[in-house]
Amino acid sequence: MNSQQSNYAPPQTAGHSRRDFVRLSTLAVAAAATAGTASAKDRGSHLNSDRCGVLVDLTVCVGCRRCEWACNEANNNPHGPLSECDDQSVFERTRRPMARQYTVVNRVKSADDAKTIHLKIQCNHCEKPACVSACLVGAMQKDPRGPVFYDASKCIGCRYCMVACPFERLAYEYDKKLTPEVKKCDLCRERTRLGRRPACVEMCPVEALTFGTREELLTLAHARIGAHPGKYVDHVYGEKEAGGTSWLYLSSVPFDQLGFPTLKSKSPAQTTEAIQHGIFAGFAAPIGLATLLGSLNYFTGRQSKGSAHS
Amino acid sequence: MNTHSDTITGVKPRFITPGMMVVLGIAALGWAVWVYRMAFGLGATTNLSNAYPWGIWIAIDVACGVALAAGGFTTAFLAEILHRGRYHALLRPALLTAMIGYTFVALGVMTDLGRFWAMWHVMLPPYWQPNSVLFEVAVCVMCYLTVLYIEFLPIVCERFAGKVNLPMRLGVLNGLVDRVLRLLDATLHRVILVFVILGCLLSCMHQSSLGTLMVIADEKLHPLWQTPYLPLMFILTAFSVGYPMVIFESLIASRSFGLEPERGPLSGLARFTPFVLSVYLCVKVFDLVNRGVVGLLFDGSWQSFWYMFEIGVGVIGPIVIFASPRLRRHMGWLFAAATMVIVGVVLNRLNVFLICYTPLEAGARYTPSLGEYAVTAGFIATIVALYRFVVLNFPVIEGLEHVKAHAAASHPTDAAGSPPRARRPRVRREKALHPSVRPSPAGAVLPAEPYA
Repeated sequence: MNSQQSNYAPPQTAGHSRRDFVRLSTLAVAAAATAGTASAKDRGSHLNSDRCGVLVDLTVCVGCRRCEWACNEANNNPHGPLSECDDQSVFERTRRPMARQYTVVNRVKSADDAKTIHLKIQCNHCEKPACVSACLVGAMQKDPRGPVFYDASKCIGCRYCMVACPFERLAYEYDKKLTPEVKKCDLCRERTRLGRRPACVEMCPVEALTFGTREELLTLAHARIGAHPGKYVDHVYGEKEAGGTSWLYLSSVPFDQLGFPTLKSKSPAQTTEAIQHGIFAGFAAPIGLATLLGSLNYFTGRQSKGSAHS
Repeated sequence: MNTHSDTITGVKPRFITPGMMVVLGIAALGWAVWVYRMAFGLGATTNLSNAYPWGIWIAIDVACGVALAAGGFTTAFLAEILHRGRYHALLRPALLTAMIGYTFVALGVMTDLGRFWAMWHVMLPPYWQPNSVLFEVAVCVMCYLTVLYIEFLPIVCERFAGKVNLPMRLGVLNGLVDRVLRLLDATLHRVILVFVILGCLLSCMHQSSLGTLMVIADEKLHPLWQTPYLPLMFILTAFSVGYPMVIFESLIASRSFGLEPERGPLSGLARFTPFVLSVYLCVKVFDLVNRGVVGLLFDGSWQSFWYMFEIGVGVIGPIVIFASPRLRRHMGWLFAAATMVIVGVVLNRLNVFLICYTPLEAGARYTPSLGEYAVTAGFIATIVALYRFVVLNFPVIEGLEHVKAHAAASHPTDAAGSPPRARRPRVRREKALHPSVRPSPAGAVLPAEPYA
């Protein structure tokens, strides 16, 4: 199986619709057939059907941390020479993505202590991102091609996106006086737009990371589980979690043992949006309440006038 | 209606008292830290982190602030919309609290915003993101704050119309300002009802949405609190804390200014609270049973303790006290029960926004920094000082007006060189509707000033 071959189609040439670029491989045909749509967009969604993602095979990752280095390099974040990746001492504590380091690799033991897993984490690029739904000024957005990205020029700095993120992967520049920004992986939005793979994927020496369309990655993931049922747990993390994510994980150890949050298959944003749009559907409730208040005022006014006259 | 003859000392209460010196000191310290935060950023002032993006500035200044300012719209509903004239005496203090309270909610938000200089984005449609619950809250709070200022305008008109005396060079504007005030005074009472209804509407909208806000935090909020019914619970607690807050403040103000408490209206207000609290309690119980998490109440965790405390002290206790007509007439019990409701609601907001919010990051802790405490305490102190300043200088508390009028009559020079101020009858619309319920206290109300 050639995991490097990707059907991800970058929209590079102006004047042609995206559809022209969808090179349908057998896998994508199968995926499109199961999805029941041949259009470039998913039905009822603004996302492209060939939106990109990354599959992480945790059984392959050796914890070399080259992806961290490549990420820092690509995003102009502080970093030393490539040899700094060999420093094993960082594994002594559990790290999380920070304002100047968008991805980190942690070393985790399985519950029975038998397996050591190296775990790369970053923004998971949700299909229905809670941060995008939470942001009141539209500073967080979901690119139809897959990446969830941040526009500092819109942001007012309320950090509600950070409260909302079900994976808690957003970081804030608290140390900046006036222009702090929310910092996160943007799935190398510029690079992937130009048809390149994300920096971390490009760097990975053991092909633990596979870049491609989400559809084909899911098919690939299930194919791997099917081919090696003893090797993997039968669960592609990110297929359904929080409504699905662009980053997908395969593991030999149940995900809850690795510190992955156990999440519902529904994005928390769906619940809040259902409440919000339910209450304000057609502005019926506010208009109704205003009418009620007005009538109450009118009738109690007549009553008290009447009693005052009598 | 009370007579205030026992308490009138003939001396207008002063703004500065030993207690106020302490309050002003706390306020000054808070504002100094506030300036530091604005200049040097959140990291330099707060203990916020990636795991705890929201601290006490959101949990106390915003979440508790909005809830405790609910006295404004709940009292307006009773007095203005339902024409319950006996509560008119409580309307202006409640309105003032809401106005100052919401001003500091807005200030609290601004202090917490990393890019506060960009907060005008919220007002421009190109930035609007209507899926966001915070968007709904922000727009409603902005609109409601505007409505509150408009609702307060009649009090400003009453205070200054015909008496505009701007300092020094600005004196040339006296005539113009006076004309504007009189125009406002003559027109506002015709349209004020629209703003009262709008105020109630906006309050219902954002008080409930404030609850929806944390639904998106999903698993991070403890399951005893995390429920899609949060908006319903938040609006019910806002309804229930409104009158206790009015009672709490009114009794403190009476004590502070040496006035007789408004016994009748305060006991009257207390009648409504047990009903709302009972509905809230039913929703709470239904929600726990519905989601099948009743067991969590008895798991011995500290969260279960806070939940029991919230319900026991903040809901069941006050229901028992407020439901008793005998205890309701006793100002001590009234004050105790009102305080209990307030403690319960404050604890509820803190639990939802902070205490029972557990980040995924193992071992993450948040202890507010001294700077965060200082700003929050400074804001609260400023609210207290502003409230005192406004009630001493504007016609807000009815009894205090009589004291001031009396003091001015007996010490004409006491009032900073201005002649004794004639007091016009308050809101004329209301007077026209309820001639019987608002008898003019003898000697306190002078004839209305002629508009000429």
